[in-house]
Amino acid sequence: MIPELGHYALILALCLALVLSVVPLVGAARGNVVLMGLARPVARVHFFLVAFAFGCLAFSFYVNDFSVANVANNSNSRLPDAYRLAATWGSHEGSLLLWVLMLSIWMFAVTVFSRNLPLDVCARVLAVMGIVSVGFLLFMLLTSNPFERLFPVPGEGNDLNPLLQDPGMVFHPPMLYMGYVGFSVAYAFAIAALLGGRLDATWARWSRPWTTAAWCFLTIGISLGSAWSYYVLGWGGWWFWDPVENASFMPWLAGTALIHSLAVTEKRGSFKSWTVLLAIVAFSLSLLGTFLVRSGVLTSVHSFATDPRRGVFILIFLALVIGGSLMLYAWRAPSVGLGARFSLLSRESMLLANNVVLGVALAAVALGTLYPLVVDALGLNKLSVGAPYFNAVFYPLMIPALILIGVGPITRWRSHFFLELWQKRRVALCLSILAALVFSSRHWSAWLVLGLFLAFWILITAADHIRTRVMLVPRPGLLNKFRANSRSFYGMHLAHIGVAIFIIGVTVVKCTEIETDTRLQIGASTVVGGYTFRFAGTREVPGPNYQALEGRIEVSRDGNAVAVLFPQKRKYLASGQVMTEAGIKNGLFRDLYVSLGEPIGQNAWAVRIYIKPFVMWIWGGCFVMAFGGLVALSDRRYRLRIRERRRLRGAASHAVGVPT
Amino acid sequence: MKVWRYTLPLAFFLVVVAFLWRGLTLDPSRVPSPLIDKPAPAFQLPGLKNPDRKISSSDMLGRVWLLNVWGSWCVSCRAEHEVLVALAKSGAVPIVGLNWKDDRTAALAWLQQFGDPYIESAADTAGDVAINYGVYGAPETFIIDKHGTIRHKVIGPLTPERVETEVLPIVQKLEK
Repeated sequence: MIPELGHYALILALCLALVLSVVPLVGAARGNVVLMGLARPVARVHFFLVAFAFGCLAFSFYVNDFSVANVANNSNSRLPDAYRLAATWGSHEGSLLLWVLMLSIWMFAVTVFSRNLPLDVCARVLAVMGIVSVGFLLFMLLTSNPFERLFPVPGEGNDLNPLLQDPGMVFHPPMLYMGYVGFSVAYAFAIAALLGGRLDATWARWSRPWTTAAWCFLTIGISLGSAWSYYVLGWGGWWFWDPVENASFMPWLAGTALIHSLAVTEKRGSFKSWTVLLAIVAFSLSLLGTFLVRSGVLTSVHSFATDPRRGVFILIFLALVIGGSLMLYAWRAPSVGLGARFSLLSRESMLLANNVVLGVALAAVALGTLYPLVVDALGLNKLSVGAPYFNAVFYPLMIPALILIGVGPITRWRSHFFLELWQKRRVALCLSILAALVFSSRHWSAWLVLGLFLAFWILITAADHIRTRVMLVPRPGLLNKFRANSRSFYGMHLAHIGVAIFIIGVTVVKCTEIETDTRLQIGASTVVGGYTFRFAGTREVPGPNYQALEGRIEVSRDGNAVAVLFPQKRKYLASGQVMTEAGIKNGLFRDLYVSLGEPIGQNAWAVRIYIKPFVMWIWGGCFVMAFGGLVALSDRRYRLRIRERRRLRGAASHAVGVPT
Repeated sequence: MKVWRYTLPLAFFLVVVAFLWRGLTLDPSRVPSPLIDKPAPAFQLPGLKNPDRKISSSDMLGRVWLLNVWGSWCVSCRAEHEVLVALAKSGAVPIVGLNWKDDRTAALAWLQQFGDPYIESAADTAGDVAINYGVYGAPETFIIDKHGTIRHKVIGPLTPERVETEVLPIVQKLEK
């Protein structure tokens, strides 16, 4: 019964999405207030219906209703509760439902935070999102119904893919999708602006907080996925340039570029058509990512068993949505005109350079991801593009972008003098070179010096800029001075500092990590990087739905115990799959990472021992970036609007004599 | 000129869609053998059952035949074995085995126990012939035509379905 209710709710949601994608647009075109006014309530009910359907599926997982095919294929009665929840989006069908749920959450958020918007803009935005929702709901109902029943009912489920049975996997997909789908808001604003023919600074002001919010989620989502691969895959790697990773990284690059170009459009009215295009591109890449993952056109560890009908459906949908948007762009954008002029050296030109670099990096990643497909489609060859290509192309491209971080924020709008910039930054330049040399003296390598230089450069310039701005405030008291600057200013620098932390993590791990594969007899020990690893023995440990063989490895340094690590080999009962769970001792300055390979003869094992200095900084940096975005979102100008509204509403209720 | 600039993204996107469309019909995990439509590498190896009798690829000229790479150590070979036995019994096509990096006693015991679908197996103890054939895992099955040219390669265990839909149609076409 419950699954049927969920299915029914989805069908109703589709009907509402259809209404939403037509009626408000007609209303906006004719200036009909009633039709436009429908957008908000319809979007809200649409959200409740999708949320209800999602709840039904989650409930079916919770109660182990194996008569639902999706549950039977992806869950098991011995699966722990948290993973049963995660299993809701662990399958193709479930992850689509999650996608639509996220979309409807963003739509709901638009209805809540859009009171200051002109009605026609709000109506168009929600209608555009409604169109996207129609596509995905149709896709789900026609080709991948999550509520499909199974008969005869199996007594036990197949279990969730053991790779996904990890705490990181509980949070990674919702965060990632929240980010992916979040770009639909900026996209919808862009399309609404194109439709309405009002491509001015206001649409940039409206879509900025939405873009930042989506970007925060995406940043967290990607970093959780990366941390997951570090913990679960047992190779100690954190990024593999896998097609699916790239699929999530490309919207991130586009989103990052969008955040920066939106600033120019809002403040100076320049880059207007470019910013609109970026907004379309960012969301298109989210859709493309969904297509790549769901259609199986690329080989990847993330590919699901696929059905060609599904690929065809998403591709047609993709062509309609993106093709339609770009057509609209080609039609409307030429009339936008150029914004204010700026000189060669100015904040605008800095941000333009940022966009160019990010755009080229995006193109490089896209090329590497799609190249095998293109070559195969032309019948030339079969090949795969691996990490060496991406490392060789991507890292050098990032260097100018990172250098710009140190200069861009202090450059004035319109025009600036080179000499003044040089005078302001020469000390920071020398200091960061010096610091890089000092800190890399123990592990000399050019990459380490370069990476540390870039990180220190960002840190020092950010600190300097904050200090200057704080000291300039003509108020007594450090705290007052500090508070006088806007939160978006601090948010920006925090995000940049996050980038610096991230670079430190990446560079130090890359240049100074120690990786050894060794054969260890039980009772024997080996010394790696000054740490002594003693293999104390193995024992059987029962898990909820697996049986594990757990090694005990005692780590000491100079005779002092440092940690005891318990790497496991898990055999999942339902699927019989064997998983390697690394034993990791996290630390601020280094991780000790041990994973069990295969047993070699009696009492001996192949053991991987890694020492990963500063690896936590990689994800720490991502979190600081996202936190910076959050701080920027809490800026006064966004809160002011809410307060103003409250005040107005309070005044209104006084006027009619309602007690408050 | 100006209009061009704004339609460029659309044009670019349409090209991408065209490739994605083509990509849908391709299977990225299928790696074709470079040896397809090339002469099968010649070999002369001792027979498994009778090491004194040399088995040579030229023995089979004039016939369409299958070369099946197997080993008693290979679990998937065990899985496809029944299919091979059934195929051999049907008499549709002669199967020559390439016993890859195997121990002779173990291999013979294996055939004894599960049945012998091969007209004969060539003992490739060192694995040199398998290298010439580009074998990177067992089982693999090559379809070789009357002129000694490799026409098709099946990677992984044969299933009744694959025999029905993949192997037999090609064999029948080559027989004509």
